[in-house]
Amino acid sequence: MTTTAMFRVCPRTGLQFHKSAETLIKLNAVAAVVALLVGGVLALLITLTRWQAIHLVNAENFYLYLTAHGLDMLAVWIIFFEIAVLYFCSSTLLRCRLATPRLAWLAFALMAIGTITFNAAVFTGNATVMFTSYVPLPGHPAFYLGLILFAVGALIGCFIFLGTLVVAKAEKTYEGSIPLVTFGALTACIIAIFTIASGAIILIPTFLWSVGYVKTIDPLMYRTIWWAFGHSSQQINVSAHVAVWYAIAAIVFGAKPMSERVSRTAFVLYICFLQLASAHHLLSDPGLSVEWKVFNTSYAMYLAVLASMIHGLTVPGSIEVAQRAKGLNKGLFEWLRKAPWGNPVFSGMIISLFGFGFLGGISGVMMGTEQLNMLIHNTIYVPGHFHATVVIGTTLAFMALTYFLLPTLFNREVILPGLAKWQPYLFGGGMAVFCLAMMGAGTLGVPRRHWDITFAGTALPYEFPGSAILMMAIMGAAGVVAIVGGAIYVGITVGTLLIGKKLDAGTYSSTRTVLKMPSGAALAGHGGHGGGFAAPGTFVFALVFLGAFVLYYFVNWKYLSTVWGLS
Amino acid sequence: MSAILPPARRVWWKQPIDKVEIIWIAIAFIWCMVMFFMMPYWHLYGKQNLSNETYRVKPEQFARAAQEMVDKYTVRTETDEKIPVVQPPAGADVFLIARLWAWWPMLELEKGKSYRLHLTAMDYQHGFSLQPENINIQVLPGYEHVVTITPNRAGTYAIMCNEYCGIGHHKMVSKLYVK
Repeated sequence: MTTTAMFRVCPRTGLQFHKSAETLIKLNAVAAVVALLVGGVLALLITLTRWQAIHLVNAENFYLYLTAHGLDMLAVWIIFFEIAVLYFCSSTLLRCRLATPRLAWLAFALMAIGTITFNAAVFTGNATVMFTSYVPLPGHPAFYLGLILFAVGALIGCFIFLGTLVVAKAEKTYEGSIPLVTFGALTACIIAIFTIASGAIILIPTFLWSVGYVKTIDPLMYRTIWWAFGHSSQQINVSAHVAVWYAIAAIVFGAKPMSERVSRTAFVLYICFLQLASAHHLLSDPGLSVEWKVFNTSYAMYLAVLASMIHGLTVPGSIEVAQRAKGLNKGLFEWLRKAPWGNPVFSGMIISLFGFGFLGGISGVMMGTEQLNMLIHNTIYVPGHFHATVVIGTTLAFMALTYFLLPTLFNREVILPGLAKWQPYLFGGGMAVFCLAMMGAGTLGVPRRHWDITFAGTALPYEFPGSAILMMAIMGAAGVVAIVGGAIYVGITVGTLLIGKKLDAGTYSSTRTVLKMPSGAALAGHGGHGGGFAAPGTFVFALVFLGAFVLYYFVNWKYLSTVWGLS
Repeated sequence: MSAILPPARRVWWKQPIDKVEIIWIAIAFIWCMVMFFMMPYWHLYGKQNLSNETYRVKPEQFARAAQEMVDKYTVRTETDEKIPVVQPPAGADVFLIARLWAWWPMLELEKGKSYRLHLTAMDYQHGFSLQPENINIQVLPGYEHVVTITPNRAGTYAIMCNEYCGIGHHKMVSKLYVK
């Protein structure tokens, strides 16, 4: 097998691509972008409907589009891209062949067929059940079947990643331990396997229920197991985009992890504790004990939050150390001021990092607190939170990575570089305002997944305060800005693939190149200096973050203390 | 480009850790513990804790209990559908039905008094959302959730559904009075 494997070395980055892996990375990435395009069009229709003054589509279509938007974005776009990231982090970074490329084709086919199947069920109006498809709300069997096929395909992709790690180890394509980024991808893969197993455990019986072989599915059992799939799949994203942050810090700045030990331990904390967070969705449910809720919602004493707070420091910290080593040493922030803000690979990544931490992280911990959850459960605060984590965090990180992959993987020069420069700001900025407006509206009680908060035509309507309606309008406008940013991304990506200037791809050969470490690397093996205070600027940001976190957390306890007594 | 390369030092786990990282980890860990202990603390000293008193229930059974309450305590009806407005005594068991796409019956409570509110759904999952108070509780079919509520302000409140329950979801809204 090794002798027939074909490799090329990218002349610009020195990365080595195995031909089968390269094709499959491209294929999965392109499928992801197609899903993003579909999901983006739906996003526009949804946001313009919830903007009460425009109220674009009718109720039936609104709920249908919302179901499709959730699936095509949260499942299809992100997971296809993650499979591409997994293949890249194994085959490319470890400079080895991809294990069982034929099975990888099968995985791709299953995911594609699954996607088409559940989309067909949704768009024919037979499965307007939302992303969560809570039983006993009935969906067409094809809906569940499509999801199962998609999940099986993704599971095969995960095992190909693991297989590729084994190949690399057996064929000795690297020395020592796997790179930190690959370790992060491995974390994502392990969480993915757990997640998909949970999905299978609940979706298979639900499929059988939808065709009549199973009589009832208990709604609380469904919620408990479904969220082990639904929430954990967001944890795959967290692990994957943190790995991408580390990768981009390394690619753009040559940044070394401040400490391999700290960063890897933080990833291990993810593996151990992130999945417990499915309890976040069950805090306002009946039938679960307080102890169960408190232990699980806090990821066993917030140890996964600790991990995210560590990554939030070490990624920019490693950039600071690398920049200071280049002489950008003035004051606390010269390293950041003189960062390449015009390079979308960097700007996308840093906006992703700050947006994920400040907006997604703080709001997530607040709403994941057992008692505080009652204030926002099922309000539009919830999508406000997860658009900050999954859109600003994951999607923007993937977009940033794309600007790096286009020349090195697809060998095309990115078209419209002037526009690409602005894209992360437009998308990230629009999304940030969008999320804040949603959180504001949610705090005022505006429900999520709701077609008409004016309750027109009902006998006992409730009138939301004007500020809530205003928040929804701001959300709509900012949503449109973000969608324009997303459209520019899709336009640049597709345009580059079709008409971008071709770059030298290097030639394929059957020999693998060995990676030559720079001779100095062995001496200065890490970014941190051990015992020093290497990243003071980043530390200041961390303290600002903590201040915001503490303040916001206790403001919400104060708010809770004023509502009706509940016991 | 070292995060995407194997660690340059084979024995990377012995590399000393920078002070910035150690101090931050310590601070973050303390904060995590504070957040964790806030939840049990509030159970001991706070006044807003969601009860977990839950029973399995059949829709007919719950509907019967609700009907008994309505027969006993109805003071008037409202809207064209003549939805009964129920004024139960303080401390009473109050039954609220969530179904496609209405809340039944309507409640009139007294400020400062406690009531045992029983919630269940007749068909699909629903969401109890009390506005503008902003208290939100999941309502599941087959489960009877008993929550003791103590209204602390007089006024007219809305109960809306905030769990998607089909095409009429946005029409599922009712009122609750506190005197």
